[in-house]
Amino acid sequence: MTRFASAFAKGPALIAFITAGDGDTAANLDALVAGGADVIELGMPFTDPMADGPAIQAANLRSLAKGTTTGDIFAMAAAFRHRHPDVPLVLMGYANPMTARGADWFAAECAKAGVDGVICVDIPSEEDAELGPSLRAAGVDLIRLATPTTDPARLPAVLDGAGGFLYYVSVAGITGLQQAAQASIEEAVARLKAATDLPVAVGFGVRTPEQAAEIAKTADGVVVGSAFVDIIAAHGDGAAPHLEAFTRTLADAIHRAKEIAA
Amino acid sequence: MTDLPNSLRTGPDEQGHFGAFGGRYVAETLMPLILDLEREYRAAQVDNAFRAEFDDLLKNYVGRPSPLWLAQRLTDHLGGAKIYLKREDLNHTGAHKINNCIGQILLAKRMGKTRIIAETGAGQHGVATATVAALFGLPCTIFMGAVDVARQQPNVFRMKLLGAEVVAVESGAKTLKDAMNEALRHWVANVHDTFYIIGTVAGPHPYPELVRDFQSVIGDEAKAQILEAEGRLPDMLIAPVGGGSNAIGLFHPFLDDTGVEIVGVEAAGEGLDGKHAASLAGGRPGILHGNKTYLLQDEDGQITEAHSISAGLDYPGIGPEHSWLHDIGRVRYEPVTDAEALASFQKLTKLEGIIPALESAHAIAAAERIAPTLGKDKIIIVNCSGRGDKDIFTVADALGVKL
Repeated sequence: MTRFASAFAKGPALIAFITAGDGDTAANLDALVAGGADVIELGMPFTDPMADGPAIQAANLRSLAKGTTTGDIFAMAAAFRHRHPDVPLVLMGYANPMTARGADWFAAECAKAGVDGVICVDIPSEEDAELGPSLRAAGVDLIRLATPTTDPARLPAVLDGAGGFLYYVSVAGITGLQQAAQASIEEAVARLKAATDLPVAVGFGVRTPEQAAEIAKTADGVVVGSAFVDIIAAHGDGAAPHLEAFTRTLADAIHRAKEIAA
Repeated sequence: MTDLPNSLRTGPDEQGHFGAFGGRYVAETLMPLILDLEREYRAAQVDNAFRAEFDDLLKNYVGRPSPLWLAQRLTDHLGGAKIYLKREDLNHTGAHKINNCIGQILLAKRMGKTRIIAETGAGQHGVATATVAALFGLPCTIFMGAVDVARQQPNVFRMKLLGAEVVAVESGAKTLKDAMNEALRHWVANVHDTFYIIGTVAGPHPYPELVRDFQSVIGDEAKAQILEAEGRLPDMLIAPVGGGSNAIGLFHPFLDDTGVEIVGVEAAGEGLDGKHAASLAGGRPGILHGNKTYLLQDEDGQITEAHSISAGLDYPGIGPEHSWLHDIGRVRYEPVTDAEALASFQKLTKLEGIIPALESAHAIAAAERIAPTLGKDKIIIVNCSGRGDKDIFTVADALGVKL
């Protein structure tokens, strides 16, 4: 069983995002795991994060200002894998840093560091050749995004070559701002689950345990990012205990959701 | 150059690629809209009524055709090839940008979109967009880097007078690329009713193609005008390249005329070993703002800051078709520094009574360099892409003059 399969087999999963190199990343990652996060998404900072709202934009800039390199990010990933052999790790970011040394190089580094999956915001299925074949050849899952604008005609192409889980971006917008209506999320998750055997996770705009629990009633996973990033922005290098406490409230809410629903 | 098509004018392919460049590197949220836009553009291309409305607006609203002016005093001064200026500075709103905006707002209308957004660097595209939005009665938001807002105050005020909302973008380097990021962020959250009028031949397919097509009126006119004036094609074309819309507009109709040498001018800022905006001379291929093209970047793929005295050239990328034309060697791209552009800005003003935009002054500087090396029987067409009134504060500042 892959790490993803194990993580999602336990019931709805909390997928926690932070930006690599923003604050004490190793301590923060450990705090997320200790608090009950089931999957870790590590953001690769980019100078031009076009899909991100103000919170994650600022995290990208803080990280780059500290001089975070792609090599540093793979070192963080490899160290995480050593400390946490079973927790799935995803790199999320933009096409240019991922392809700057060639897709094969990037995919090989991912495999070497124990990265399970990659989310690339600005490579839609139409441009899969840019990164997808290299990742699949290296045994790294390419995690695709579906959105409210992904119509049924496009969905098969989006799912073709996808692995790990399907990430449903619940709002047409950027990270961390608006929240989608619960009814629209339920409808979309049902539609997506009918089209794929992959677990379906929902993200963008999820900030509270209450929202997360609602979503966890139907989805296989809930992605929370900006709310964690805000904690790092507020507490800097001392963010870990705050992250762990907040993670626990989210994880408890999500893990309980299935029992309540059942 | 082994598998070149018979014509260099057939690109892009169906996936929006010019050789290895171009494409559609956008978030999934935008993909369906990009595909819609392409369908709508294909329909408009074969719709005579669309073409007729476009042509009518260019003629009666923009004031086309723009003249092809024989710059005799500049020619005499340089003592070499005969220099003609394609006077895009005489268009309504003072630059070539309006050609593309007319085309795109007609597409917006066709698609039933009710709001317009755009990014702008120097403010020329912002003014042109605000102008067509006013003409068509559509609300309009312009994203402009905060640094550019400060250095292009007259254009900011023009946009506001035209009824546009101007958003000063405070992220990143606060210039054109950051304005484009913010416009993309806004668009992704408002795809249902908003049309994004991209100002240059960059962005996801089909933007580089449709902007080029709308701007090709420049080269089509220039070709007819030079044939009428000289009875033959020119020996050389020169145009400034930021994203490269005025340049591709002039170049494209001449790409298959193998006797015409073509020169694009990149902004070399303080020099190629210092801060500059020359993506071809100092960058390498990468992915940004929806397309694959030459970019200024570090080894990790982080985008580096561009610099040019000309806000319109201050961008770390270049249109994908230019990257392709560079790689196949059809167009030669040369760098011109801030100092050279500044000198040419003044020279053209004094010799011809034409104040060129700082962008256009880069092309004039290249012409000054090249013309004396060519015989007097040679002909060069230089794209005077815009007028320089907007730049007088920047130029005064550079010359140490207090206004």
